[in-house]
Amino acid sequence: MTTASTALQHPFQHRHAAHCESGVISSLLSHHGAPMSEAMAFGLSSGLSFAYLPFVKLSGLPLVAYRMPPRAIIKGLAKPMHARFRFETFRSPEAGRARLDALLAEGRVVGLQTSVFWLPYFPQDMRFHFNAHNLLVYGRNGDDYLVSDPVFEEPQRCASADMARARFAKGVLAPKGLLYYPQDVGRRQPDAEAIRRAIRKTCRVMLAPVPIAGVRGMRMLAKKIESLPADATGSAFIGHVVRMQEEIGTGGAGFRFIYAAFLQEAAALTGRADLAAFADRLTLIGDGWRAFALKAARMIRGREALVPPAIAQLLRDQANAEEAFFRDLKKATA
Amino acid sequence: MDLDAVPQEGNRTHAGLRKAIYARDAQGRMVVAPSAGWEVEEIVTTQAVDAMAAEAEAARLRVQQGSASTLEYWMSARRMDVPLLAQSTGLWQWRVRRHLQPARFARLSSSLLDRYAQALGLSAEQLRHLP
Repeated sequence: MTTASTALQHPFQHRHAAHCESGVISSLLSHHGAPMSEAMAFGLSSGLSFAYLPFVKLSGLPLVAYRMPPRAIIKGLAKPMHARFRFETFRSPEAGRARLDALLAEGRVVGLQTSVFWLPYFPQDMRFHFNAHNLLVYGRNGDDYLVSDPVFEEPQRCASADMARARFAKGVLAPKGLLYYPQDVGRRQPDAEAIRRAIRKTCRVMLAPVPIAGVRGMRMLAKKIESLPADATGSAFIGHVVRMQEEIGTGGAGFRFIYAAFLQEAAALTGRADLAAFADRLTLIGDGWRAFALKAARMIRGREALVPPAIAQLLRDQANAEEAFFRDLKKATA
Repeated sequence: MDLDAVPQEGNRTHAGLRKAIYARDAQGRMVVAPSAGWEVEEIVTTQAVDAMAAEAEAARLRVQQGSASTLEYWMSARRMDVPLLAQSTGLWQWRVRRHLQPARFARLSSSLLDRYAQALGLSAEQLRHLP
């Protein structure tokens, strides 16, 4: 339906979003004539998840993810939106830069995966070696790329040398210069069946019979937290879990709130009032995640004694609440 | 979370950046609202940043005492560890670890120095000194 030619006719509109990948892809689809909210992009691609990966280490601490792996949101939208996305990675920064410049010269808006550490417009204290950040480049001005980074309220600028460094950072989830753009978007709006399928997929992931994913992953993490010593090591581990939850990306609570927004939108689109009731229930679960983070932070700060089993118990409560929620949601969308 | 509960406490680690947060408005709809920051985020980020800063300071001391090379300081200052620096330079981890010794670091060829400098976003000259 739409490609670069129609996209050229209207200027790119930057949007502030809660999560980088859903923000980037909803902006990109909206730019290509399929108006889409961030919440719809997140829910329709079944972006909600939980995973505890003790064997993937970030600065020596395990990866805890509250959403599907990078690129899952973009790929998950291809089918329901009848869209085709092109993904390209590069061996050398030079080739990556040349291709990006060529696409921009065609008037395209291009999505990029980058490291956060090497982006100079990020606040110093937020610059960690985290490689799965997403942003859009919508133009060039001299040596600066015009960047629509969904985490920021306003568009940003980034010098080409810094961008090359951020795109070709090494380490866990190295982006290898990944860029992407839609080649074709076949639908303007998702249909009710696609939404139902997406919801069912999320239920399946959250209730998956593997120990590290979904509610079982939460319980495994709770077990680990329970066994932590009540000292600096334990404090660093718990702090890391909360940081993965609240700071990197959007947060465990934040993702639950986005998904609640998606359920509300889905209720309106499909005319199913029961989905709106699920949205309210999930919002309460999100509040529980915030209470978990708050309790942990108070212990880290020393405002109350560090008791790892108490944190573990809060996490188990979250697992129980989410298990009941997704079982009911699964029944409702059967 | 209700709209009036969206944290506006400020977060010095965000340097004025406002994050988008979803919250429930008076009609019960989920809407996007900018948040000036939550104390919880500030606490956990500060914990991590402080740990990295302490690491870099410890490395600086070791360099001054002659028990570590300036490479170790810059690796910490760039918030990297040995596995990441090894991947960023394309060297084996054991080689990187050896180059953290001052005597071996002093004998490095200029091409290896350049490789480290490139990976750390420095000039080779900067790499050889503490800031």
